[in-house]
Amino acid sequence: MNEPENTAVIEMRDASVGAMRDIRFIVLEEVNWSVARGEFWVVAGQQHSGKSDFLKMTAGLMAPVRGDCRLFGAETRTFDESKLAERLRVGFVFAGGQLFNHLTLRENVALPLEYHRGLPPDEVARAVQTLLELLELAPLAEVTPANVSGNWRQRAALARALMLKPELLLLDNPLAGLSPRHQHWWLRFLDRLWRGHDWCGGRPMTLVVTTEDLRPWRNETRKFALLRDKKFFPLGAWNDVASANDPVVKELMAATVELTS
Amino acid sequence: MRENLARAFGLANTEWFRRAQLPKSYTDLLGRKLFLFLLTLQGLAAFALITLGVILRKFRTARNVIGPSIRREIARAGVALLPMFFFVALALGFLVVGQTVSALARVGATEYLGSTMVIVVVRELGPLLAAMLVLARVGTAHVIELGTARAMGEVEALEALGIDPVHYLIVPRAIGMAVGVFSLTVYLIIGALVSGYLFAFLQDVPLTPGDYVKQIAGALGWLDFVLLALKTIAFGFFIAIVTCYHGLARPLRLEDVSLVAVRAVSQGVIVCVLIDALFILLYLVT
Repeated sequence: MNEPENTAVIEMRDASVGAMRDIRFIVLEEVNWSVARGEFWVVAGQQHSGKSDFLKMTAGLMAPVRGDCRLFGAETRTFDESKLAERLRVGFVFAGGQLFNHLTLRENVALPLEYHRGLPPDEVARAVQTLLELLELAPLAEVTPANVSGNWRQRAALARALMLKPELLLLDNPLAGLSPRHQHWWLRFLDRLWRGHDWCGGRPMTLVVTTEDLRPWRNETRKFALLRDKKFFPLGAWNDVASANDPVVKELMAATVELTS
Repeated sequence: MRENLARAFGLANTEWFRRAQLPKSYTDLLGRKLFLFLLTLQGLAAFALITLGVILRKFRTARNVIGPSIRREIARAGVALLPMFFFVALALGFLVVGQTVSALARVGATEYLGSTMVIVVVRELGPLLAAMLVLARVGTAHVIELGTARAMGEVEALEALGIDPVHYLIVPRAIGMAVGVFSLTVYLIIGALVSGYLFAFLQDVPLTPGDYVKQIAGALGWLDFVLLALKTIAFGFFIAIVTCYHGLARPLRLEDVSLVAVRAVSQGVIVCVLIDALFILLYLVT
């Protein structure tokens, strides 16, 4: 790609985010945010704070209602086919996977490669098999999504997003509903992707995840942000998060959860 | 005037408008129905043009994915329906063609047999019946599949992968249905004409197979073949457009899918009748 090395991977200026269901309903206003190459961002927010819509707008799946949102320097408002190359540099893992139910896990994972690269079938099969084995999905390859647990569906969604070796990976609440063993696997695997995984030729990947629970993401190298009251607040590193007095942050760290009868 | 109309359209294009209380007068009712009809027509026309544009523009894109999809859709909207169509062709022959042949024979008007058969079976009943059956058997499945896919976020997932949902989901269905309706109509017409003659033969109608074929062949012109092909392809294409539009074009919740399926089938019937009327005009003009 021809953009300068210092071009921000994601850049938002006064961006307002509409709801996917009804674009006239504003879920976030005046977001100013910049993500540099190789950063790992954790965007936290309570339920219905607009995390999914924010991430979808970031990925260019919908345009900002107001303001400007850019991916690799390209404006997402006009993220049509002329910007396909930019779109393919972004991987997106939806909350719950959103796999294609009529396809097996193998076909789900193979689809982006078959559609965009037009490779010979044996080459596609080899690449898919490698990725399935990497994500421990090979034994479930011929099963349809409805017949596997949410843990494996989510992992298949990650495999599908990684198939085209993206430079930026956006993950919407990836740990929600996973068993502790799978959560542990995800945290380790995402860390490996961020540092540079062999699958992507050792190139460090830029990552943005959303979450409702900050605790699993505790790490000094990550950057944190909060969505609250329709606003985007960059929080900084983990130390800043831990010392924040914001009640929402404390709740997301499960520090002040009150149980009522 | 234009502003008022635009405002009215803006109002009409909301969920609130669709779910508003029943109108208090017939003029209100008529106005609302008219707006909804125009909106739907506008949406369908735009969707049809987009689909046509994608078919032409992406003819060579991802053929290794779209090609097998088209073959699957042809099998579903064509080959899989063949047994049912043979049964319907038999029934149509026995019920309509056979009785027409014997009635014409009773009044000594067998020389009109060819033109009657061509008008009734080849131009009208065959294509329309084939379209209705495909709409019922495959069109409803389209709405439910696409509506569910939309509600489950699969369409967003396609967009996130840089795959055009119209190219991946609609184009194979539109082409499959157009080919399916055309082929099934041909089989239906041949089946109905053959079984009709068998029925007439059983009733001792004085008509040899040679005369029967000669009369029908004599009544058929090149225009019949051209218009039959165009009409059936239009039926198939627009059934796919209507059903896919309702399944895909607007954000859906899972509980809306059944309602939308009913709406799509009703509109599919209306669209087929309108296309049929258009072709009747063409026949009259030519």
